[in-house]
Amino acid sequence: MITRRYSRRDLAVLGFGLGAAVLVNLALIWGPTLASVALSGTDWNGISELRWIGTRNYGDLAEEYPPFWSAVRNNVLWLAFLGLVATPFGLFCAVLLDRRLRLSRVYQSALYMPVVLSLAVVGFIAQLVYSSDYGVLNAVTGLTTDWLGDSSINIWVVMVAAAWRHVGYVMIIYLAGLKAVDPALKEAAAIDGASEAQTFFRVVFPTLRPINVIVLVITVIEALRAFDIVYAINKGRNGLELLSVLVTENIVGEASRIGFGSAIAVILLVISMAFIVTYLSQLFKEDRR
Amino acid sequence: MTPRLPITRRSMLLGAAAFGVPAILAGCGNPNTQNTQGASGSAARGTVTIGSNASDEIPKKSLETVVKAFTQADVRINTVDHNTFQENINRYLKGTPDDVFTWFAGYRMQFFAEQGLATDISDVWQEIGGDYTPAFKAASTGSDGKQYFVPFTYYPWAVFYRRSLWEEKGYVPPTTLDEFTALARKMKADGLVPLAFADKDGWPAMGTFDILNMRTNGYDFHISLMAGKESWTDPKVKQVFDTWRGLMEFHQPAALGRTWQEAGQSLAQKKTGMYLLGMFVAQQFPEAERDDLDFFTFPEINPRFGTDSIDAPIDGYMISAKAKNVDGAKALLKHLAQASSQNAATKLDPGTLASSSKADTSGYSALQKRGAELVSQATHIAQFLDRDTRPDFASTVMIPALQRFVGEPDDIDPLLKDIEAQKANIFR
Repeated sequence: MITRRYSRRDLAVLGFGLGAAVLVNLALIWGPTLASVALSGTDWNGISELRWIGTRNYGDLAEEYPPFWSAVRNNVLWLAFLGLVATPFGLFCAVLLDRRLRLSRVYQSALYMPVVLSLAVVGFIAQLVYSSDYGVLNAVTGLTTDWLGDSSINIWVVMVAAAWRHVGYVMIIYLAGLKAVDPALKEAAAIDGASEAQTFFRVVFPTLRPINVIVLVITVIEALRAFDIVYAINKGRNGLELLSVLVTENIVGEASRIGFGSAIAVILLVISMAFIVTYLSQLFKEDRR
Repeated sequence: MTPRLPITRRSMLLGAAAFGVPAILAGCGNPNTQNTQGASGSAARGTVTIGSNASDEIPKKSLETVVKAFTQADVRINTVDHNTFQENINRYLKGTPDDVFTWFAGYRMQFFAEQGLATDISDVWQEIGGDYTPAFKAASTGSDGKQYFVPFTYYPWAVFYRRSLWEEKGYVPPTTLDEFTALARKMKADGLVPLAFADKDGWPAMGTFDILNMRTNGYDFHISLMAGKESWTDPKVKQVFDTWRGLMEFHQPAALGRTWQEAGQSLAQKKTGMYLLGMFVAQQFPEAERDDLDFFTFPEINPRFGTDSIDAPIDGYMISAKAKNVDGAKALLKHLAQASSQNAATKLDPGTLASSSKADTSGYSALQKRGAELVSQATHIAQFLDRDTRPDFASTVMIPALQRFVGEPDDIDPLLKDIEAQKANIFR
């Protein structure tokens, strides 16, 4: 292998270019991240002197802050629901649409339409549907269920609303992937006598692997950053707690429990890091092969 | 390198960015001070700036009108969205605040005064003190005994009802809890929902807690509880929740999915019989029907305290510790303390009352007159739960706790234990 010798000028350009990128990265990403971790060990309220209190915030969180565990539960539910229900359903829709049904363009647009809405808007629409006094659902079915106020059911109906948008998103990505699958593969499978289901699961689906990874990442990100829809509905309280909401609730606002809120943020960071690290290590392992 | 890498990086960036947010938020300067440089040529007289949360049309217009009559200095008003102003108050006062800013009386004022973020205006009070009742002065006084706040307008909380409906059904305002319960039962038999109720926003239920606590245990205990000096597991507190639980069957069901506006409309539509709320409930009534709106103060529970206390949150003005033009700011506060200034505001905004005892009440609407009468009869004026205690306790503990109670009213003991544990963490 020939090692290239860099001229002084090359080095300067390299150093400058890399340096700028590293600086921006440190200042905008690692700096605030580490600052959050450091703040989580204090009881700072934005005004007082910084006072180190060790891991007390974490203890308070786990033992004496009831919204915390409901938020953890809801985040996990959210991830499971999007991953196990909404995403497979999106794939299912994509497969159906890929078969060029009549009016498939119409279905496609109808399913994709919600994706252009922000989740906050989906939240407002959800209220029009689920409100116990003026909501469409109760008006049509004659029920009197308090869909959004009853803390044992509201997370489910809100997840349905969030999934409504997520399905379209996943569908369009899979549809693009399916269109790119070489028809020769399917023909070959058919000649070999594979059934429709076998063709899909054994031949087509494995070729979608890159798409699957994208969709997985999107799903995880969507689940962890869920915020706007519950915030639009009831500020993420009473059954709709999410970690992201608790961070905001404690830090932003008059409360200004910055240390305490940072501790919640650190926990969210750890959870996301677990996903990101798993994913990255998988990716690098494959590259090495 | 695989073509997938960009996504990886993006996911990592997103992740990292999301967790950096708290630190950025914590560190960011204050966004409220992007004042446009205006009012040139004012150097001779000086300029006083006001940081205002009066972003709604009517309050905004009323402040502008009142300030226009101030002649001793030029005034520049920097209006910020109401909720944004409140949410950023810490950073705002620490950064480069305006000379004068809108704020609330009571503990919420004392909290910032204690941190050294407000200017002592006891000298202003020597001049204006005669215009206010002792209750208003107490609400303007910091924990060090000095004054930091000038009351401007306020509104009382009471039980509202439609007079026409009550006359038709022959209901009369109750004076004791037993009469209140009997009335509610009668309304239920008549096919009405006795008490309109909504707590989706989290704060309206605080009004019910406040009044039940003040009627049961008195104002002093209530304030002491709010200041973190009493235990939430005290049997006295439990009794408040027990009483409330007894009334739950008369409350409008599904309250956690309803906003106060919707509950207010149910009162206007005569679907509900009465509604414990602030005087701003009138906003939900069409102009023509507002004269039909009447109220009574929540009835007596414990004869020792009678009906001597009410919630009547006071809005007013303070001077920031970093004010540049303190003399001008004090002159402006004196102007705002004048009865004529407050009357100009109450005329424009019929949901409020003037704080000054010298204010002219002849221009008041019937509802405003009744409100002023109610407050003048009260010995103690509380400021509402989220103004009488630490902001972090009110928003991160009490809102979820009261919503939990409304959802499961039978679960009182564990709830109070949880509140007490969190209180101990916050007030330490």
